Amino acid sequence: MVKVALIGAGKMGLSHFAIISAHPEVEVVGVCDSAAFLTSVISKQLGVKTFSDYKKMFKEASPDAVIISTPNSTHFEIAKNALELGIHVFLEKPLCLNPAEGKKLFEIASSKNLVNQVGYHNRFIGTFQEMKRLVQAGAIGDLYHMEGKAYGQVVIRPTKSAKTWRSKKSEGGGCLHDYACHVVDLMNFISDVPSKVRSAQLQSIFSADIEDAVFAQFEYKNGTTGYLEANWSDQSVRKMSTTITAYGTKGKIVTDRQELRLYLSPGNTFEGFDDGWTSKYITELQAPVNFYMRGEEYSAQLDHFIDGILGRDTSVETNFQTATATDEVIEQIAKLGKG
Amino acid sequence: MSLQRVLFGDNQFFGVNHMSEDKARAQSMRFRDAASIMKVLDDAYDAGIKVFMCTTYDRVGEIADIIKANPTRYPDFEFYPCMPYAHKYANSVGEVGILETLKRFSPSGVMGTLMTGAMSAITQDVNKMLRLLVDAEMKRFEGVKTPVIFLQNVVTDLILGVKGYQFLAEFHRYIKEKYNAEAGFITMNLPLLIDVLHDLGIENPIVCANVNKIGFRMCGGVEKYQETIARNDARVIAMSVLASGAIPPKEALEWVCGLEGLDSIVFGASSKGNIVQTKEIIDDLWQLPK
Repeated sequence: MVKVALIGAGKMGLSHFAIISAHPEVEVVGVCDSAAFLTSVISKQLGVKTFSDYKKMFKEASPDAVIISTPNSTHFEIAKNALELGIHVFLEKPLCLNPAEGKKLFEIASSKNLVNQVGYHNRFIGTFQEMKRLVQAGAIGDLYHMEGKAYGQVVIRPTKSAKTWRSKKSEGGGCLHDYACHVVDLMNFISDVPSKVRSAQLQSIFSADIEDAVFAQFEYKNGTTGYLEANWSDQSVRKMSTTITAYGTKGKIVTDRQELRLYLSPGNTFEGFDDGWTSKYITELQAPVNFYMRGEEYSAQLDHFIDGILGRDTSVETNFQTATATDEVIEQIAKLGKG
Repeated sequence: MSLQRVLFGDNQFFGVNHMSEDKARAQSMRFRDAASIMKVLDDAYDAGIKVFMCTTYDRVGEIADIIKANPTRYPDFEFYPCMPYAHKYANSVGEVGILETLKRFSPSGVMGTLMTGAMSAITQDVNKMLRLLVDAEMKRFEGVKTPVIFLQNVVTDLILGVKGYQFLAEFHRYIKEKYNAEAGFITMNLPLLIDVLHDLGIENPIVCANVNKIGFRMCGGVEKYQETIARNDARVIAMSVLASGAIPPKEALEWVCGLEGLDSIVFGASSKGNIVQTKEIIDDLWQLPK
């Protein structure tokens, strides 16, 4: 059994808590949160030991691994503490607010041979995995443009005062670190890390202290271009929806969580695909999981983390290095977007 | 109580399609008002489908009002409400946090007790708060028949995950006590859920899960589901039998209707032709009286 502790029992923390508790090879040895009403429910109703101080939890519960889902500005300090104690770390995205800190964390994790993973769950969605495979196998010829878009309704009215860390810039709130980083990471995953952010704009729609929308242009090596749009104040979509489009000399691929649509220009074929449009659906592309709560990808990423710890799977889907590359793009967008 | 065999679902009305965002968008445009939804429900009702299994969206209240106002047109119409509408809460948690969300959606006073009150009373308070949230969701259904009231899969499965099984028992107890109805549980983890419900002493529970030939979102796998359903110790409603369209309808229905021990099927469709045809195929396969 892998002894796992969790820090942060908010929206993502509770989701991770449920999924990891259901894992047959995991024992949850502690949950740490600063909100007494949450830890009280968890300890009294669920019988799991809770803490308000994570250092105390590391000492008393001696976990093998930790899942950190705390406000973004606290990621570095907590993860560094865990790694120094030899604890494997799964960290919610984004990795850190400063790429230098992410690099440092990767150095420590590597030197101690610890599994390090970041919650970029889109990398575990079958449609995006298939898109990566097709793009990298040259199905659409030479890639010349990438486009990533994410919309959702998180902030849909003016906020008078900052209610949580998510609406405070100093704590890593905002659409850039919440929505846009997913898009950047997915674009990095499917094609490559951009060599430069050419331009960026951050726009506040309803919020006072943070941006609600992000627009950015990328440059890749070989002259490939990229465009990103993220907006969490769009009420036309029921829940966060992310779409990545890749344009190549022989066709294009448009992918979201549910569907991959491949277009091959006349006369081009690839594997079983004819020219024209072909759709592949999540129903045929997603591997099953042992426990499902809110999307296979959330279970698959934690299964992957545990498999890594148990030495069963040494492949790296996402780690502190790939997430630092994402943080570096985010940092450039932040700098250019301030205007 | 035995369940109705064929139930009408609601995903098509509310912009939910597990395979295509485009289809979802087209549907949400078509069903922007209660009248256009009601027209399809009429087609289903007239085809002999008397149960509408629906999420507790705000707009469902308008449908309930129409049913209530026309008792002679809809003498046998039943709702199986499914709560909560999780995105409402999830989006709110993203915006203002867990505590503010609970305050926003629960009547005043409860959260105050939870925050300031003695923590020793927390067990009582949590259950009280959950009961008030149930009541808030059920307000839309006053005056219509709701013989089965479901807990949505994201909540059922969250509770399964954290092993807070007593909440499932409490939901079951409260639905009986307050609404004189039976609790149902939607899940993506059917074999696990049924075992848990039995351990809680809930006999022959009502459960609803994806049941389809290709095993889409069936945790534990197709064979395990088949074995579990064939034990006949739970009333199982199959949903997503077409796996969002990944399986041709006839093939999908032949497979699912051939399962030993399956009680009911819930499906959604928008056109009268599709509704009538699907109902007829199920009736024939199950040899139901016309």
